[in-house]
Amino acid sequence: MSKKIELMVGFFLLAGIAAILMLGLKVANSQLGGNTDTYQLIAKFSNIGGLKVRSSVKVGGVVVGRVVSISLDDDFSPKVVMNINSDFNKFPDSSSVAILTSGLLGEQFIGLTPGFVDEETEILANGDLLEDTRSAMVLEDLIGQFLYGNSED
Amino acid sequence: MAISSIQQMGRNSLSVIAGLGRAAFMLVGALKPSGRGVKLLPLLIKQLYVVGVQSLIIIVVSGLFIGMVLSLQGYTILVGYGAEQSLGQMVSLSLLRELGPVVSALLFAGRAGSALTAEIGLMKATEQLSSLEMMAIDPLHQIVAPRFWAGVISLPLLAAIFSAVGIIGGHLVGVDWLGVDSGAFWSVMQSSVEWQEDIVNGAIKSIIFAIVVTWIALHKGYDAVPTSEGISKATTSTVVQSSLAILGLDFVLTVVMFGS
Repeated sequence: MSKKIELMVGFFLLAGIAAILMLGLKVANSQLGGNTDTYQLIAKFSNIGGLKVRSSVKVGGVVVGRVVSISLDDDFSPKVVMNINSDFNKFPDSSSVAILTSGLLGEQFIGLTPGFVDEETEILANGDLLEDTRSAMVLEDLIGQFLYGNSED
Repeated sequence: MAISSIQQMGRNSLSVIAGLGRAAFMLVGALKPSGRGVKLLPLLIKQLYVVGVQSLIIIVVSGLFIGMVLSLQGYTILVGYGAEQSLGQMVSLSLLRELGPVVSALLFAGRAGSALTAEIGLMKATEQLSSLEMMAIDPLHQIVAPRFWAGVISLPLLAAIFSAVGIIGGHLVGVDWLGVDSGAFWSVMQSSVEWQEDIVNGAIKSIIFAIVVTWIALHKGYDAVPTSEGISKATTSTVVQSSLAILGLDFVLTVVMFGS
């Protein structure tokens, strides 16, 4: 009897641990064991729209990193710091970033477009600033331009 | 008349405070290391069986059904916006943040808490606790401590099992029956659920609930009037007070964790 109880308790503890592991690995997808080395890139925009911390950074739709902080710089332009997975460390400094929207009203993310490579370009490294940025498309501005655009011209 | 009702109020609040004090002394007495020879581990395993393993079935079944209902309700609403892909996010976040810790704590209070109260209350009524003291065994160490630790260990595990089974139930209804894409179900879930923000906070909630529910149940039993009526009152008030404490604390914890 006592042996059976011990066995059941052992199974119970194992089931609990298995549930926690499932929540951690399958549900939250925390990258245990995966390559989590990152380097930081900085970009300044004039308007970041609905971009949030932890928004994804994508190259051609593939997630290569995440936004880690959004702050306002001294010249009042929003400064976005991104953590890029160090598996993707070959972006030239002619690359450009744009704030894009998935779907018409979906989440906003940063689209990184790798630039050309010639003798003068360098590879972006930790802490580098991306010069070529395109800001978020704000739906209200677009509607405003559509409504009042003709009369202003 | 007015004087006597004020006196009644004072008497009530004094007895509440005295009860809190006795509860605190009981917990401290149970948790401070025993001077001699009560071996905790065999007693703890027995109680883990009674408190944890025997609550497993009700937790698994209700987790499965709650996940299925969440999925079905969420689908009928989300499909109106063409957003049924977000079903996984909705099911997993509501289970991990709220329903998992809260519902499993409520079930635990009904299933295990009431049993603990009745058991200890009957031990007191049949003077088993006094007999232990006569044999120089501290009932706080022999009876209360293993049950307390069993509750505190069991409930967070049960809550994790509840959430996991609920998500599987949600997957069953959403993906297998209603036709949400399986890849979207998991990937939207994975991109929105955070280990620290959601899972760890949910676990902290259920650890706090575990301490509160087990403490209330043990105290009510230990403090019960040793008659059959007293035990029945103690059992009822265990369930009522645990449930109220869970729901009230849940609001406070939610404000602290997710409020900002």
